[in-house]
Amino acid sequence: MSEKPLMDAIARLVPPGSRVLDLGCGDGALLDHLQSTRACSGYGVEIDDAKVLACMRRGVNVLQLNLEDGLTMFGDNAFDVVLQIDTLQHLRNAETMLRETARVGRLGVVAFPNFAHWPNRLHVLQGRMPVTKRLPYQWYDTPNIRVGTHADFEVLARRNGLTIEDSFGLQEGREVRVLPNLMASTAVFRFSS
Amino acid sequence: MIVTPQTFHFSEPLPLRSGATLPAYELVVETYGTLNADQSNAVLICHALNASHHVAGWYADESGQPLARSEGWWNNMIGPGKPVDTDRYFVIGVNNLGSCFGSTGPTHLNPATGTPWGADFPVVTVEDWVDAQARLLDAMGIQTLAAVMGGSLGGMQTLSWTLQYPERVRHAVVVASAPNLTAENIAFNEVARRAIVTDPDFHGGHYLSEGTLPRRGLRIARMIGHITYLSDDVMNEKFGRSLRSSDAEDPTATAELAYRYSTQEVEFQIESYLRYQGDKFSEYFDANTYLLITRALDYFDPARSFDGNLTAALARAQAKFFLVSFTTDWRFSPARSREIVKALLDNQRDVSYAEIDAPHGHDAFLLDDARYLQAVRAYFEQTIAGTRA
Repeated sequence: MSEKPLMDAIARLVPPGSRVLDLGCGDGALLDHLQSTRACSGYGVEIDDAKVLACMRRGVNVLQLNLEDGLTMFGDNAFDVVLQIDTLQHLRNAETMLRETARVGRLGVVAFPNFAHWPNRLHVLQGRMPVTKRLPYQWYDTPNIRVGTHADFEVLARRNGLTIEDSFGLQEGREVRVLPNLMASTAVFRFSS
Repeated sequence: MIVTPQTFHFSEPLPLRSGATLPAYELVVETYGTLNADQSNAVLICHALNASHHVAGWYADESGQPLARSEGWWNNMIGPGKPVDTDRYFVIGVNNLGSCFGSTGPTHLNPATGTPWGADFPVVTVEDWVDAQARLLDAMGIQTLAAVMGGSLGGMQTLSWTLQYPERVRHAVVVASAPNLTAENIAFNEVARRAIVTDPDFHGGHYLSEGTLPRRGLRIARMIGHITYLSDDVMNEKFGRSLRSSDAEDPTATAELAYRYSTQEVEFQIESYLRYQGDKFSEYFDANTYLLITRALDYFDPARSFDGNLTAALARAQAKFFLVSFTTDWRFSPARSREIVKALLDNQRDVSYAEIDAPHGHDAFLLDDARYLQAVRAYFEQTIAGTRA
Protein backbone atom coordinates (compact mmCIF):
# COMPACT_ATOMS: atom_id res chain seq x y z
CA MET A 1 0.00 0.00 0.00
CA SER A 2 1.12 3.57 -0.62
CA GLU A 3 2.32 5.72 2.26
CA LYS A 4 -0.11 8.61 1.97
CA PRO A 5 -3.42 6.84 2.76
CA LEU A 6 -1.79 5.11 5.73
CA MET A 7 -0.47 8.46 6.96
CA ASP A 8 -3.88 10.08 6.62
CA ALA A 9 -5.61 7.17 8.36
CA ILE A 10 -3.13 7.32 11.25
CA ALA A 11 -3.29 11.11 11.47
CA ARG A 12 -7.05 10.90 11.99
CA LEU A 13 -6.40 8.83 15.12
CA VAL A 14 -4.05 11.42 16.64
CA PRO A 15 -5.72 14.28 18.50
CA PRO A 16 -4.53 17.73 17.30
CA GLY A 17 -1.73 19.23 19.37
CA SER A 18 -0.59 15.87 20.75
CA ARG A 19 2.93 15.15 21.96
CA VAL A 20 3.84 12.13 19.88
CA LEU A 21 6.48 9.43 20.09
CA ASP A 22 6.84 7.57 16.80
CA LEU A 23 8.59 4.24 17.32
CA GLY A 24 10.34 3.12 14.15
CA CYS A 25 9.66 6.47 12.52
CA GLY A 26 11.45 5.69 9.23
CA ASP A 27 12.23 8.82 7.25
CA GLY A 28 10.09 10.96 9.57
CA ALA A 29 7.35 11.59 6.99
CA LEU A 30 4.49 10.73 9.37
CA LEU A 31 5.86 12.88 12.19
CA ASP A 32 6.41 15.71 9.73
CA HIS A 33 2.82 15.27 8.52
CA LEU A 34 1.46 15.31 12.08
CA GLN A 35 3.47 18.42 12.90
CA SER A 36 2.36 20.35 9.83
CA THR A 37 -1.28 19.24 9.63
CA ARG A 38 -2.21 18.55 13.26
CA ALA A 39 0.09 20.85 15.23
CA CYS A 40 1.73 17.89 16.96
CA SER A 41 5.20 17.85 18.47
CA GLY A 42 7.49 15.06 19.56
CA TYR A 43 10.19 12.65 18.55
CA GLY A 44 10.83 9.76 16.26
CA VAL A 45 12.87 6.73 17.25
CA GLU A 46 14.84 5.00 14.52
CA ILE A 47 17.87 2.73 14.36
CA ASP A 48 18.80 2.91 10.68
CA ASP A 49 21.52 5.47 9.81
CA ALA A 50 20.03 6.53 6.48
CA LYS A 51 16.55 6.98 7.97
CA VAL A 52 17.94 8.98 10.91
CA LEU A 53 19.62 11.27 8.41
CA ALA A 54 16.39 11.59 6.41
CA CYS A 55 14.59 12.68 9.59
CA MET A 56 17.27 15.26 10.31
CA ARG A 57 16.98 16.63 6.79
CA ARG A 58 13.25 17.10 7.42
CA GLY A 59 13.98 18.86 10.69
CA VAL A 60 12.11 16.22 12.67
CA ASN A 61 13.43 15.37 16.14
CA VAL A 62 14.90 11.90 15.87
CA LEU A 63 16.57 9.66 18.44
CA GLN A 64 18.82 6.88 17.17
CA LEU A 65 17.98 4.08 19.57
CA ASN A 66 17.45 0.34 19.37
CA LEU A 67 13.85 -0.48 20.31
CA GLU A 68 15.00 -3.92 21.39
CA ASP A 69 16.66 -2.15 24.33
CA GLY A 70 13.23 -1.02 25.54
CA LEU A 71 11.80 2.41 26.29
CA THR A 72 13.49 3.08 29.63
CA MET A 73 14.46 6.53 28.39
CA PHE A 74 10.81 7.59 28.37
CA GLY A 75 8.74 8.27 31.46
CA ASP A 76 5.23 6.99 32.26
CA ASN A 77 2.56 8.80 30.24
CA ALA A 78 5.24 11.13 28.84
CA PHE A 79 3.39 11.30 25.52
CA ASP A 80 -0.19 11.81 24.44
CA VAL A 81 0.23 9.28 21.66
CA VAL A 82 2.81 6.56 20.96
CA LEU A 83 2.86 5.25 17.41
CA GLN A 84 4.08 1.86 16.20
CA ILE A 85 3.43 2.00 12.49
CA ASP A 86 4.79 -1.05 10.69
CA THR A 87 7.21 -1.55 13.57
CA LEU A 88 5.69 -4.29 15.73
CA GLN A 89 6.34 -7.01 13.15
CA HIS A 90 10.10 -6.33 13.25
CA LEU A 91 10.52 -6.58 17.01
CA ARG A 92 11.77 -9.61 18.85
CA ASN A 93 10.26 -8.27 22.08
CA ALA A 94 6.92 -7.34 20.49
CA GLU A 95 4.79 -8.01 23.57
CA THR A 96 7.10 -6.08 25.92
CA MET A 97 7.11 -3.18 23.48
CA LEU A 98 3.32 -3.20 23.37
CA ARG A 99 3.19 -2.92 27.16
CA GLU A 100 5.88 -0.22 27.06
CA THR A 101 3.90 1.67 24.43
CA ALA A 102 0.91 1.64 26.75
CA ARG A 103 3.06 2.78 29.68
CA VAL A 104 4.73 5.70 27.88
CA GLY A 105 1.69 6.97 26.00
CA ARG A 106 -1.84 7.80 27.08
CA LEU A 107 -2.89 6.45 23.70
CA GLY A 108 -1.21 3.82 21.56
CA VAL A 109 -1.66 3.43 17.82
CA VAL A 110 -0.37 0.27 16.16
CA ALA A 111 -0.50 -0.69 12.50
CA PHE A 112 0.93 -3.87 11.00
CA PRO A 113 0.36 -6.22 8.04
CA ASN A 114 -2.61 -8.51 8.63
CA PHE A 115 -1.58 -12.05 7.84
CA ALA A 116 -5.22 -13.20 7.71
CA HIS A 117 -6.09 -11.01 4.71
CA TRP A 118 -7.81 -13.37 2.26
CA PRO A 119 -5.05 -13.45 -0.43
CA ASN A 120 -2.60 -14.52 2.25
CA ARG A 121 -4.99 -17.28 3.30
CA LEU A 122 -5.16 -18.47 -0.31
CA HIS A 123 -1.38 -18.65 -0.51
CA VAL A 124 -1.24 -20.73 2.65
CA LEU A 125 -4.08 -22.99 1.46
CA GLN A 126 -1.98 -23.64 -1.64
CA GLY A 127 0.80 -24.65 0.71
CA ARG A 128 3.01 -21.58 0.23
CA MET A 129 3.82 -18.55 2.35
CA PRO A 130 2.22 -15.40 0.93
CA VAL A 131 4.19 -12.98 -1.23
CA THR A 132 2.05 -9.92 -1.89
CA LYS A 133 2.29 -6.17 -2.37
CA ARG A 134 1.87 -5.76 1.41
CA LEU A 135 4.09 -8.73 2.30
CA PRO A 136 6.61 -8.62 -0.54
CA TYR A 137 9.27 -10.83 1.02
CA GLN A 138 10.11 -14.48 0.67
CA TRP A 139 9.77 -16.53 3.87
CA TYR A 140 13.55 -16.86 4.16
CA ASP A 141 14.43 -13.16 3.86
CA THR A 142 11.50 -11.39 5.47
CA PRO A 143 12.25 -8.75 8.12
CA ASN A 144 8.77 -9.44 9.50
CA ILE A 145 9.74 -11.76 12.32
CA ARG A 146 6.32 -11.47 14.03
CA VAL A 147 3.51 -12.52 11.74
CA GLY A 148 0.08 -11.95 13.24
CA THR A 149 -3.48 -11.22 12.31
CA HIS A 150 -6.01 -8.55 13.13
CA ALA A 151 -7.76 -11.06 15.39
CA ASP A 152 -4.50 -12.13 17.04
CA PHE A 153 -3.76 -8.58 18.11
CA GLU A 154 -7.13 -8.24 19.81
CA VAL A 155 -6.25 -11.27 21.91
CA LEU A 156 -2.80 -9.93 22.75
CA ALA A 157 -4.18 -6.51 23.68
CA ARG A 158 -6.79 -8.09 25.98
CA ARG A 159 -4.18 -10.32 27.56
CA ASN A 160 -2.17 -7.20 28.45
CA GLY A 161 -5.18 -5.38 29.88
CA LEU A 162 -5.33 -2.80 27.11
CA THR A 163 -8.58 -1.13 26.13
CA ILE A 164 -9.10 -1.09 22.37
CA GLU A 165 -10.75 2.23 21.59
CA ASP A 166 -10.91 1.72 17.86
CA SER A 167 -9.75 -0.80 15.32
CA PHE A 168 -10.19 -1.22 11.61
CA GLY A 169 -8.48 -2.55 8.54
CA LEU A 170 -6.86 -0.58 5.77
CA GLN A 171 -7.08 -1.76 2.19
CA GLU A 172 -6.00 0.29 -0.82
CA GLY A 173 -6.17 3.41 1.34
CA ARG A 174 -9.74 2.78 2.53
CA GLU A 175 -10.86 1.99 6.04
CA VAL A 176 -12.35 -1.50 6.28
CA ARG A 177 -14.73 -1.89 9.19
CA VAL A 178 -16.57 -5.02 8.03
CA LEU A 179 -14.61 -8.26 8.47
CA PRO A 180 -11.26 -6.44 8.64
CA ASN A 181 -9.47 -9.67 9.55
CA LEU A 182 -10.45 -11.10 6.18
CA MET A 183 -10.77 -8.02 3.99
CA ALA A 184 -7.78 -5.77 4.84
CA SER A 185 -4.04 -6.13 4.37
CA THR A 186 -3.26 -3.77 7.24
CA ALA A 187 -4.59 -3.88 10.79
CA VAL A 188 -4.87 -0.63 12.77
CA PHE A 189 -5.57 -0.36 16.49
CA ARG A 190 -5.98 2.58 18.82
CA PHE A 191 -5.80 1.59 22.48
CA SER A 192 -5.25 2.89 25.97
CA SER A 193 -4.15 1.16 29.15
CA MET B 1 41.26 28.91 3.93
CA ILE B 2 44.16 30.93 5.42
CA VAL B 3 43.41 32.11 8.93
CA THR B 4 44.99 34.42 11.50
CA PRO B 5 44.47 34.45 15.26
CA GLN B 6 43.68 37.64 17.14
CA THR B 7 43.97 38.51 20.81
CA PHE B 8 41.28 40.12 22.98
CA HIS B 9 42.32 41.88 26.20
CA PHE B 10 40.01 41.93 29.21
CA SER B 11 40.76 44.27 32.10
CA GLU B 12 37.63 43.57 34.16
CA PRO B 13 38.54 40.88 36.74
CA LEU B 14 36.93 37.47 36.20
CA PRO B 15 35.53 35.86 39.36
CA LEU B 16 36.14 32.09 39.32
CA ARG B 17 34.14 29.22 40.87
CA SER B 18 37.05 28.50 43.21
CA GLY B 19 36.61 31.90 44.85
CA ALA B 20 39.78 33.23 43.24
CA THR B 21 39.74 36.07 40.73
CA LEU B 22 41.68 36.45 37.53
CA PRO B 23 42.60 40.18 37.57
CA ALA B 24 43.09 40.63 33.83
CA TYR B 25 43.42 38.18 30.99
CA GLU B 26 43.70 37.65 27.27
CA LEU B 27 41.79 35.28 25.01
CA VAL B 28 43.17 34.21 21.66
CA VAL B 29 40.49 33.81 19.05
CA GLU B 30 40.00 32.85 15.42
CA THR B 31 36.92 33.63 13.39
CA TYR B 32 35.80 32.30 10.02
CA GLY B 33 33.08 33.63 7.76
CA THR B 34 31.14 36.86 8.15
CA LEU B 35 28.79 37.98 10.88
CA ASN B 36 25.49 38.87 9.22
CA ALA B 37 23.67 42.16 9.73
CA ASP B 38 21.24 40.92 12.39
CA GLN B 39 24.04 38.92 14.05
CA SER B 40 22.05 35.71 13.88
CA ASN B 41 24.67 33.41 12.34
CA ALA B 42 27.34 33.19 15.03
CA VAL B 43 28.56 29.73 16.03
CA LEU B 44 30.92 29.20 18.95
CA ILE B 45 33.22 26.16 18.91
CA CYS B 46 34.48 24.93 22.29
CA HIS B 47 37.69 22.93 22.34
CA ALA B 48 38.65 19.79 24.22
CA LEU B 49 41.73 18.87 26.24
CA ASN B 50 44.66 19.43 23.91
CA ALA B 51 43.14 21.69 21.26
CA SER B 52 42.89 25.43 20.80
CA HIS B 53 41.25 28.37 19.04
CA HIS B 54 42.76 27.08 15.79
CA VAL B 55 39.67 25.14 14.76
CA ALA B 56 39.75 25.41 10.98
CA GLY B 57 41.85 26.51 8.04
CA TRP B 58 45.60 26.84 7.72
CA TYR B 59 48.21 29.35 8.78
CA ALA B 60 50.26 31.06 6.06
CA ASP B 61 54.03 31.01 5.65
CA GLU B 62 55.97 34.17 4.66
CA SER B 63 54.91 33.82 1.04
CA GLY B 64 51.24 33.48 1.95
CA GLN B 65 51.09 29.75 1.19
CA PRO B 66 49.51 27.27 3.63
CA LEU B 67 52.05 26.27 6.24
CA ALA B 68 52.70 22.52 6.41
CA ARG B 69 50.98 20.74 9.31
CA SER B 70 49.13 23.91 10.38
CA GLU B 71 45.65 22.53 9.73
CA GLY B 72 42.94 23.43 12.27
CA TRP B 73 41.85 20.56 14.52
CA TRP B 74 38.27 20.43 13.22
CA ASN B 75 39.04 21.40 9.63
CA ASN B 76 37.05 18.43 8.28
CA MET B 77 33.95 19.79 10.04
CA ILE B 78 34.25 23.54 9.71
CA GLY B 79 35.02 25.72 6.69
CA PRO B 80 33.57 26.83 3.36
CA GLY B 81 31.12 24.17 2.16
CA LYS B 82 31.86 21.98 5.18
CA PRO B 83 29.13 20.61 7.50
CA VAL B 84 29.46 23.78 9.59
CA ASP B 85 29.58 26.02 6.54
CA THR B 86 31.55 29.23 7.03
CA ASP B 87 29.92 30.62 3.88
CA ARG B 88 26.75 30.77 5.97
CA TYR B 89 27.94 30.95 9.55
CA PHE B 90 30.30 33.19 11.44
CA VAL B 91 32.33 30.65 13.39
CA ILE B 92 34.35 31.54 16.48
CA GLY B 93 37.15 29.43 17.93
CA VAL B 94 38.45 30.52 21.32
CA ASN B 95 41.35 29.25 23.38
CA ASN B 96 40.37 28.65 27.00
CA LEU B 97 41.92 30.19 30.08
CA GLY B 98 44.66 28.02 31.55
CA SER B 99 45.66 26.73 28.14
CA CYS B 100 49.18 26.87 26.70
CA PHE B 101 48.20 28.05 23.23
CA GLY B 102 48.01 31.79 23.77
CA SER B 103 45.17 32.68 26.13
CA THR B 104 46.21 33.57 29.66
CA GLY B 105 47.57 30.45 31.33
CA PRO B 106 50.24 29.04 33.64
CA THR B 107 53.11 29.74 31.21
CA HIS B 108 52.27 33.47 31.30
CA LEU B 109 53.69 35.91 33.82
CA ASN B 110 51.80 36.37 37.07
CA PRO B 111 51.48 40.16 37.36
CA ALA B 112 51.76 39.89 41.15
CA THR B 113 55.22 38.25 41.06
CA GLY B 114 56.65 38.91 37.62
CA THR B 115 57.44 35.19 37.24
CA PRO B 116 55.43 32.55 35.35
CA TRP B 117 52.15 31.59 37.04
CA GLY B 118 53.10 27.91 37.01
CA ALA B 119 51.26 25.98 39.71
CA ASP B 120 49.84 29.25 41.11
CA PHE B 121 47.52 29.71 38.16
CA PRO B 122 44.02 29.50 39.64
CA VAL B 123 41.95 26.38 39.07
CA VAL B 124 39.48 27.09 36.28
CA THR B 125 36.23 25.23 35.66
CA VAL B 126 34.06 24.62 32.62
CA GLU B 127 31.70 27.27 34.03
CA ASP B 128 34.57 29.78 34.31
CA TRP B 129 35.51 29.14 30.69
CA VAL B 130 31.94 29.72 29.60
CA ASP B 131 31.84 32.99 31.56
CA ALA B 132 35.01 34.11 29.79
CA GLN B 133 33.57 33.07 26.42
CA ALA B 134 30.42 35.07 27.16
CA ARG B 135 32.54 38.15 27.82
CA LEU B 136 34.27 37.54 24.51
CA LEU B 137 30.90 37.59 22.78
CA ASP B 138 30.05 40.81 24.60
CA ALA B 139 33.29 42.30 23.31
CA MET B 140 32.41 41.15 19.80
CA GLY B 141 28.92 42.64 20.12
CA ILE B 142 27.19 39.28 19.71
CA GLN B 143 24.16 38.77 21.93
CA THR B 144 22.85 35.39 20.77
CA LEU B 145 24.56 32.37 19.25
CA ALA B 146 22.93 30.40 16.46
CA ALA B 147 24.79 27.44 17.95
CA VAL B 148 27.42 26.34 20.41
CA MET B 149 29.25 23.17 19.45
CA GLY B 150 31.95 21.02 20.96
CA GLY B 151 33.20 17.47 21.39
CA SER B 152 34.26 15.74 24.61
CA LEU B 153 35.24 18.49 27.08
CA GLY B 154 34.02 20.94 24.42
CA GLY B 155 30.63 19.23 24.63
CA MET B 156 30.61 19.88 28.36
CA GLN B 157 31.16 23.59 27.71
CA THR B 158 28.36 23.50 25.15
CA LEU B 159 26.00 21.92 27.66
CA SER B 160 27.09 24.44 30.29
CA TRP B 161 26.39 27.32 27.91
CA THR B 162 22.74 26.25 27.69
CA LEU B 163 22.52 26.32 31.48
CA GLN B 164 24.55 29.45 32.28
CA TYR B 165 23.27 31.62 29.41
CA PRO B 166 20.10 29.86 28.26
CA GLU B 167 18.78 32.95 26.48
CA ARG B 168 21.95 33.35 24.43
CA VAL B 169 22.02 29.88 22.80
CA ARG B 170 19.56 28.76 20.13
CA HIS B 171 21.14 25.39 19.34
CA ALA B 172 23.58 23.15 21.16
CA VAL B 173 25.59 20.48 19.33
CA VAL B 174 27.14 18.13 21.90
CA VAL B 175 29.45 15.46 20.48
CA ALA B 176 31.00 12.48 22.32
CA SER B 177 30.43 14.09 25.69
CA ALA B 178 28.97 13.35 29.12
CA PRO B 179 27.05 15.08 31.91
CA ASN B 180 30.02 14.39 34.22
CA LEU B 181 32.99 12.03 34.47
CA THR B 182 32.61 8.57 35.95
CA ALA B 183 34.97 7.33 38.68
CA GLU B 184 36.92 5.34 36.09
CA ASN B 185 37.32 8.45 33.98
CA ILE B 186 38.55 10.53 36.92
CA ALA B 187 40.90 7.65 37.70
CA PHE B 188 42.54 7.88 34.28
CA ASN B 189 42.98 11.62 34.79
CA GLU B 190 44.51 11.03 38.20
CA VAL B 191 47.07 8.56 36.85
CA ALA B 192 48.05 11.14 34.23
CA ARG B 193 48.34 13.86 36.85
CA ARG B 194 50.44 11.70 39.16
CA ALA B 195 52.79 10.92 36.29
CA ILE B 196 53.35 14.66 35.84
CA VAL B 197 53.47 15.69 39.49
CA THR B 198 55.92 12.95 40.47
CA ASP B 199 58.34 13.78 37.65
CA PRO B 200 61.49 15.12 39.42
CA ASP B 201 61.53 17.96 36.87
CA PHE B 202 58.05 19.14 37.96
CA HIS B 203 59.35 21.19 40.92
CA GLY B 204 55.92 21.65 42.45
CA GLY B 205 54.69 23.13 39.19
CA HIS B 206 57.34 25.88 39.03
CA TYR B 207 59.52 24.10 36.48
CA LEU B 208 59.69 27.16 34.21
CA SER B 209 61.33 29.20 36.98
CA GLU B 210 63.68 26.23 37.49
CA GLY B 211 64.51 26.05 33.80
CA THR B 212 63.25 22.48 33.43
CA LEU B 213 60.23 20.71 31.88
CA PRO B 214 58.53 17.60 33.30
CA ARG B 215 58.62 15.86 29.93
CA ARG B 216 58.68 12.33 31.30
CA GLY B 217 55.47 12.90 33.22
CA LEU B 218 53.78 14.53 30.25
CA ARG B 219 54.77 11.67 27.98
CA ILE B 220 53.20 9.09 30.25
CA ALA B 221 50.11 11.25 30.76
CA ARG B 222 49.69 11.43 27.00
CA MET B 223 50.27 7.70 26.53
CA ILE B 224 47.52 6.88 29.03
CA GLY B 225 45.17 9.42 27.47
CA HIS B 226 45.85 8.12 24.00
CA ILE B 227 44.96 4.54 24.96
CA THR B 228 41.60 5.69 26.26
CA TYR B 229 40.82 7.66 23.08
CA LEU B 230 41.14 4.57 20.89
CA SER B 231 39.15 1.34 20.80
CA ASP B 232 40.49 -2.16 21.25
CA ASP B 233 39.42 -3.01 17.69
CA VAL B 234 41.17 -0.06 16.11
CA MET B 235 44.35 -0.66 18.07
CA ASN B 236 44.34 -4.31 17.01
CA GLU B 237 43.69 -3.42 13.41
CA LYS B 238 46.33 -0.70 13.34
CA PHE B 239 49.05 -2.41 15.36
CA GLY B 240 47.94 -5.86 16.38
CA ARG B 241 50.94 -7.72 17.75
CA SER B 242 53.25 -6.37 15.07
CA LEU B 243 56.80 -5.86 16.20
CA ARG B 244 58.78 -2.60 16.29
CA SER B 245 58.00 0.04 13.73
CA SER B 246 61.58 0.37 12.49
CA ASP B 247 60.93 -2.75 10.44
CA ALA B 248 57.40 -1.86 9.40
CA GLU B 249 58.52 -0.82 5.90
CA ASP B 250 59.04 -4.46 5.06
CA PRO B 251 56.08 -6.56 6.23
CA THR B 252 57.82 -9.89 5.64
CA ALA B 253 60.76 -8.77 7.71
CA THR B 254 58.32 -7.68 10.41
CA ALA B 255 56.65 -11.06 10.38
CA GLU B 256 59.92 -12.86 10.75
CA LEU B 257 61.38 -10.57 13.37
CA ALA B 258 62.53 -12.37 16.44
CA TYR B 259 61.70 -11.20 19.92
CA ARG B 260 64.47 -9.27 21.57
CA TYR B 261 63.66 -10.72 24.96
CA SER B 262 64.21 -7.28 26.43
CA THR B 263 62.11 -5.75 29.20
CA GLN B 264 63.00 -2.16 28.32
CA GLU B 265 63.54 -1.87 24.57
CA VAL B 266 60.58 -1.25 22.28
CA GLU B 267 59.29 -4.63 21.20
CA PHE B 268 55.77 -4.07 19.83
CA GLN B 269 54.61 -1.42 17.37
CA ILE B 270 51.99 -0.14 19.79
CA GLU B 271 54.81 0.70 22.20
CA SER B 272 56.72 2.75 19.69
CA TYR B 273 53.50 4.47 18.61
CA LEU B 274 52.64 5.46 22.17
CA ARG B 275 56.21 6.59 22.85
CA TYR B 276 56.14 8.70 19.69
CA GLN B 277 52.81 10.28 20.66
CA GLY B 278 54.12 10.95 24.17
CA ASP B 279 57.37 12.48 22.91
CA LYS B 280 55.57 14.75 20.44
CA PHE B 281 53.06 15.89 23.05
CA SER B 282 55.71 16.63 25.70
CA GLU B 283 57.41 19.02 23.28
CA TYR B 284 54.44 21.35 22.84
CA PHE B 285 52.08 20.92 25.79
CA ASP B 286 52.40 22.52 29.21
CA ALA B 287 52.24 20.25 32.24
CA ASN B 288 50.30 22.69 34.43
CA THR B 289 47.79 23.14 31.64
CA TYR B 290 47.34 19.36 31.55
CA LEU B 291 46.65 19.35 35.27
CA LEU B 292 44.23 22.28 35.03
CA ILE B 293 42.25 20.92 32.10
CA THR B 294 41.90 17.39 33.48
CA ARG B 295 40.68 18.95 36.73
CA ALA B 296 38.11 21.02 34.83
CA LEU B 297 36.89 17.71 33.37
CA ASP B 298 36.70 16.12 36.82
CA TYR B 299 34.80 19.01 38.40
CA PHE B 300 32.15 19.38 35.70
CA ASP B 301 28.85 18.11 37.07
CA PRO B 302 25.87 20.38 36.47
CA ALA B 303 23.57 17.97 38.34
CA ARG B 304 25.62 18.26 41.53
CA SER B 305 23.69 21.25 42.89
CA PHE B 306 20.43 19.42 42.08
CA ASP B 307 21.12 16.34 44.24
CA GLY B 308 22.43 14.55 41.18
CA ASN B 309 19.19 15.09 39.29
CA LEU B 310 20.22 15.89 35.73
CA THR B 311 16.63 16.47 34.66
CA ALA B 312 16.28 19.23 37.24
CA ALA B 313 19.68 20.65 36.25
CA LEU B 314 18.72 20.86 32.58
CA ALA B 315 15.34 22.46 33.22
CA ARG B 316 16.95 25.85 32.62
CA ALA B 317 18.11 24.99 29.09
CA GLN B 318 16.10 26.62 26.32
CA ALA B 319 18.21 25.57 23.34
CA LYS B 320 17.42 22.88 20.81
CA PHE B 321 19.93 20.05 21.07
CA PHE B 322 21.69 17.68 18.76
CA LEU B 323 23.81 15.02 20.43
CA VAL B 324 26.17 12.56 18.80
CA SER B 325 27.96 9.61 20.33
CA PHE B 326 30.09 6.80 18.93
CA THR B 327 29.42 3.17 19.75
CA THR B 328 33.06 2.23 20.43
CA ASP B 329 33.80 5.32 22.57
CA TRP B 330 34.35 3.91 26.04
CA ARG B 331 35.80 7.10 27.53
CA PHE B 332 32.59 9.06 26.76
CA SER B 333 30.24 6.20 26.03
CA PRO B 334 26.86 6.45 24.27
CA ALA B 335 25.19 5.66 27.60
CA ARG B 336 26.46 9.00 28.95
CA SER B 337 25.06 10.91 25.97
CA ARG B 338 21.76 9.09 26.41
CA GLU B 339 21.63 10.40 30.00
CA ILE B 340 21.67 13.93 28.60
CA VAL B 341 19.06 13.00 26.00
CA LYS B 342 16.82 11.54 28.69
CA ALA B 343 17.10 14.66 30.85
CA LEU B 344 16.17 16.80 27.84
CA LEU B 345 13.21 14.52 27.03
CA ASP B 346 12.03 14.81 30.63
CA ASN B 347 12.05 18.58 30.11
CA GLN B 348 10.25 18.28 26.76
CA ARG B 349 13.09 19.98 24.94
CA ASP B 350 13.71 19.58 21.23
CA VAL B 351 16.49 17.06 20.83
CA SER B 352 17.90 14.78 18.17
CA TYR B 353 20.44 12.09 18.87
CA ALA B 354 22.69 10.13 16.53
CA GLU B 355 24.60 7.10 17.75
CA ILE B 356 27.26 6.49 15.13
CA ASP B 357 28.52 2.93 14.77
CA ALA B 358 32.15 3.97 14.22
CA PRO B 359 35.14 1.81 15.16
CA HIS B 360 37.50 4.58 16.27
CA GLY B 361 36.61 5.05 19.92
CA HIS B 362 36.57 8.57 21.39
CA ASP B 363 38.82 9.84 18.58
CA ALA B 364 35.93 9.30 16.15
CA PHE B 365 34.60 12.77 16.92
CA LEU B 366 37.61 14.27 15.11
CA LEU B 367 37.60 11.84 12.17
CA ASP B 368 35.82 11.58 8.84
CA ASP B 369 32.73 9.44 9.08
CA ALA B 370 30.16 10.24 6.41
CA ARG B 371 27.17 9.47 8.67
CA TYR B 372 28.50 11.78 11.37
CA LEU B 373 29.44 14.64 9.06
CA GLN B 374 26.18 14.38 7.09
CA ALA B 375 24.13 14.43 10.29
CA VAL B 376 25.88 17.57 11.53
CA ARG B 377 25.44 19.15 8.11
CA ALA B 378 21.73 18.30 8.12
CA TYR B 379 21.35 19.79 11.58
CA PHE B 380 23.07 23.02 10.63
CA GLU B 381 21.02 23.33 7.45
CA GLN B 382 17.93 22.92 9.62
CA THR B 383 19.34 25.46 12.06
CA ILE B 384 19.37 27.98 9.24
CA ALA B 385 15.75 27.14 8.49
CA GLY B 386 14.98 27.60 12.18
CA THR B 387 16.87 30.89 12.22
CA ARG B 388 14.85 32.24 9.33
CA ALA B 389 11.54 31.18 10.81
